[in-house]
Amino acid sequence: MTPEEEAEFKRRRTARNLVVGGTLLFFVILFYAITIVRMGSQ
Amino acid sequence: MPMTALPAEWRDFFTLTKPRVMTLVIFTAICGLLAAPGSIHPVLGFTAVLAIAMGAGGSAALNHWWEADLDAGMKRTANRPLPSGRMRPEDARDFGMFLSGVSIMLMGVAIGWLAAGLLLAAIIYYAVIYTMWLKPRTPQNIVIGGGSGAFPPLIGWVAVTGEITAMPLLLFAIIFFWTPPHFWALALFVKTDYAKVGIPMLPVVAGERVTRNQIWIYTLVLAPIVIAPWLIGGTSWVYGTFAVVLSALFIALAAPVVRRDAVMGEGDPMTEEKALFKFSILYLFILFGALVADRVLETQGLIGPGYFAGGVV
Repeated sequence: MTPEEEAEFKRRRTARNLVVGGTLLFFVILFYAITIVRMGSQ
Repeated sequence: MPMTALPAEWRDFFTLTKPRVMTLVIFTAICGLLAAPGSIHPVLGFTAVLAIAMGAGGSAALNHWWEADLDAGMKRTANRPLPSGRMRPEDARDFGMFLSGVSIMLMGVAIGWLAAGLLLAAIIYYAVIYTMWLKPRTPQNIVIGGGSGAFPPLIGWVAVTGEITAMPLLLFAIIFFWTPPHFWALALFVKTDYAKVGIPMLPVVAGERVTRNQIWIYTLVLAPIVIAPWLIGGTSWVYGTFAVVLSALFIALAAPVVRRDAVMGEGDPMTEEKALFKFSILYLFILFGALVADRVLETQGLIGPGYFAGGVV
């Protein structure tokens, strides 16, 4: 792997990790909100 | 290809979900949600639409995976993530399965299992029955495919009410019968290379004459279905007026497309076909917008329940 390829590899890996992490955080908040709403209605 | 050794760009995963198709899915799902009687908490409404969008995205990814070979053979699709070699096919398949699975679980846990069951049916319908089985086998594939686009408003409605009634089924039927004239009008003026990869599109297999006749049949069947929600008392005159006027316009624009016989070859501007196609998109947005406006106005007490309410059914 050339230095350029390695830089590109790291850039893509970082970008992907950020997207996955952001999505997980979003779902944590969403499930918290769903739980609060559903508990409130019962 | 050396590119496959690198991890795929996250944007390519996003591309797999067909974001442009998704806008119509989200719009019609929200309309089904808002038009349904009763109310749903905004957080749950958002979750229902999110689950529908994720299900659509998941089955779109499965569609990319299954049709990678076909896409490679067509100019329009050759640059998609799989045929271009930017992503491994297995990754697209796993992504599609995962997204579909999560969408069904999310819908079931947060909203209800009837809506989740319908979402599962929609995903299987699009990814398996349509993509894998019928699309490569019948020139009526557009009719079958229209069924998958018809699920979102039905699921959105059922997410609120928890039951399948005449109204959500009519919303399903509206999109189902709207799709063929909409798509075939496009197919008449955009020459695709589907034939090259063995997908039997109606204008190629059966000819333009048959396609124009079929556009006419579906246009005429669509009109009473679109007006039916008003006639069975599901809506008031607001929706009823839009339904009648829009149907008349659709028929008026389809008629010249059907009548045209002598096509002037390559130089033909296809004005009538383009007009019908453009109008068909506007038609659906206005119709569903009018349905939502109608229901909201009645809930607010600004208009009556409608002339036919409680009368016919």
